[in-house]
Amino acid sequence: MSFAPASLPWLAAHEFRLAWRDTLAMMTGGRRVRLVGWVVGGALVYGLMAVIAWFAIRPWVEAGVVLDKETLVLISGTGLLFWTVTLSQALEAVTRVYYGRSDLDLILSSPTSSDRLFAVRAGAVFVSTAALGALLISPLVLALAIQDGPRWLSAFLVLAALAALSVAIAMAITRLLFRVVGPRRTRLIAQIIAGIVGAGFVIGIQAAAILTHGGFSRMDILQSDAVIAGAPDVTSLLWLPARAALGDPVPALVMVVLALSIFAATVALIAPSYGSLAISTAGLDRVGSRRRASTRTFSPTTQRQALRRKEWKLLMRDPWLVSQTLMQLLYLVPPALLLWINYGSGAGDGMFIVIVPVLVMACGQLAGGLAWLAISGEDAHDLVATAPLTPSTILRAKIEAVLSVIAAVLAPLLLLLAIASSPMAAITAVCAFVAASASTAIQLWFRVTAKRSMFRRRQVASRAATLSEAFSSILWAATGALWAAGSILAIGPAVLALGVLGLARLIAPRKP
Amino acid sequence: MPTSALALSGLTKSFERPVVRGVDLTIRPGEFYALLGPNGAGKTTILRMVAGLLRPDAGSITVLGVDALADPVAAKRRMAWVSDEPMVYDRLTPLEYLDFVAGLWQVEPVRAKASAHELIDWLDLAPHANELCGGFSKGMLQKVALAGALVHDPDLIILDEPLTGLDAGSARQVKDVLRQRTASGVTVIMTTHILEVAERMAERIGVIADGRLIAEGTLAQLRARIGRETTLEEIFLDLVAQGQSSAEDAA
Repeated sequence: MSFAPASLPWLAAHEFRLAWRDTLAMMTGGRRVRLVGWVVGGALVYGLMAVIAWFAIRPWVEAGVVLDKETLVLISGTGLLFWTVTLSQALEAVTRVYYGRSDLDLILSSPTSSDRLFAVRAGAVFVSTAALGALLISPLVLALAIQDGPRWLSAFLVLAALAALSVAIAMAITRLLFRVVGPRRTRLIAQIIAGIVGAGFVIGIQAAAILTHGGFSRMDILQSDAVIAGAPDVTSLLWLPARAALGDPVPALVMVVLALSIFAATVALIAPSYGSLAISTAGLDRVGSRRRASTRTFSPTTQRQALRRKEWKLLMRDPWLVSQTLMQLLYLVPPALLLWINYGSGAGDGMFIVIVPVLVMACGQLAGGLAWLAISGEDAHDLVATAPLTPSTILRAKIEAVLSVIAAVLAPLLLLLAIASSPMAAITAVCAFVAASASTAIQLWFRVTAKRSMFRRRQVASRAATLSEAFSSILWAATGALWAAGSILAIGPAVLALGVLGLARLIAPRKP
Repeated sequence: MPTSALALSGLTKSFERPVVRGVDLTIRPGEFYALLGPNGAGKTTILRMVAGLLRPDAGSITVLGVDALADPVAAKRRMAWVSDEPMVYDRLTPLEYLDFVAGLWQVEPVRAKASAHELIDWLDLAPHANELCGGFSKGMLQKVALAGALVHDPDLIILDEPLTGLDAGSARQVKDVLRQRTASGVTVIMTTHILEVAERMAERIGVIADGRLIAEGTLAQLRARIGRETTLEEIFLDLVAQGQSSAEDAA
């Protein structure tokens, strides 16, 4: 099928073809046989999710789904959680529409309408956001549809509406940022907002649960008497999305029409400014700020010190990388809060079973990101490689740079923990050190030569490294939790974590 | 005092196919040597092996009397590598970059500082000495990279297409710096596609084709070899064509 050149469907077909080939290349890495692995692996994971969903909702469905306040609050709260993640993703994607160069310069230098290009790219963001969401919720929705009736399929309509609304809001925020802070800062601030929105609601609701119930469960707060009592009556319009998700066709239709109209209106309003704004983002990767001459330059130093200082300086001077890396620290807010409010209250060891693994997990993940930056993301690889020092000295210096940052981040929390319970602080320190070291080792084994600007795509470059790092952090966190609980079973996840490390070492590409 | 600044013997490297095939080459101390060859001939691979960025499959590399394969750190201490893609950090200033390089090569701080300021002035980088390199043009980045290569006073400078993308003024500055260094006894080996640079600056020229060193000598010796009084461009094209046809015959 062929479309008129430069028309909307022609541009859409072009975008689709590029996206498809990009996805295929990412999945197969040039080897078709890997596609089979993806299909089989994907089917297995999906099957597992479907089984879990099937059994998780069974008691609820068997008891009979009643459209009362409790159900509406639960569905709305869960939906809101999901929506914040969707909004966060949409913000990231919309930023890329303005800042990603690839073929943008070619298209913008042609007589093709930039309005149309924006419409197509906004549409692509909507489709990908909705499709990913649909894939994630489909095991649950399909299980509900089979067990309780097809009316549950309308949840997909609600999802489409939420995705359209997310993309519309993301476009409006990005446009507003361009106006208020200018093209140089828009990307950074949009990404910080995306991180805060993505994590903020989860953290907020956890913080509320900690402050009111002294526990971590989000469901506790959503089902608490105070929230149920304070929620509007079941006839309120606020429950429209929840009713739509529960299979009421009229609210579902109203939501979809409303959200798509808002989406279309936002595209129409913002598209005329797209061309000039996209052009204004060109060349912003070039940083040109003047620095005060440092008095510490050309002071006596060892080779390892020189390398460590360089790593810290580059990290400190890259606000985007700092925001991306430190965003993970947001997840430390709830355990810190839990520690704070329980300090001196004699809350017992129960709270440590929650705090220790969160800290261990955060350290593992943070170390993974930093280790990639220090070990793989070396912008002057040839310079360092031709310097008169052994590869092991280079690696040791870079590992020291990473672990010292982790130590600096963890130290205040450990101190707080030590005041509450020194054995728990010791357990956290040991497990966090091991988790951080394991993540660093994985990044070391899977190291590649890359630019720091590739940081976002590092997970795509090596899924084996990403998965090993995630499993290792989770297992060390579990070890910490069980150890904090005084259980001998802590040996189990520790042995598994060592197994993951061994496997990672085995499958890591051999270095020449 | 070693008799050669760089000696390659039977240097061989293959990736999916042979890229460098038994190259023997000797460069005298203080010599300016230009390595020419068509794209994909193996020039960069040879230089990367000398710089310690690639390990040869066979052969030996001796840098100023040091076996570079047995003791790479000692060899690296005496040489500097500059590639066509400037190896500079966006978020360091030129002075901070030179400080970092001096730290890696363990240059005594007072000497490093004096040398860095001298190079910055010489390469007209003084007004930008405290600006982050991320905003620099390709020419300025290449000058910063060159300053980094010179701040530790290497005895052997290896340059891979150092003039690519430079404007006439910047290219002149780089050439002047290299000329001054060779005059003071530093050895330079450089690849270039700009034949005029090789013709004017190099004492000897080596021509690489299909991974082999097919000809070597002064401009006069190369002219004599093809038997015509002509330009380096003509000589180069002639030699490469001869080299390729003999390679095809051998195959």
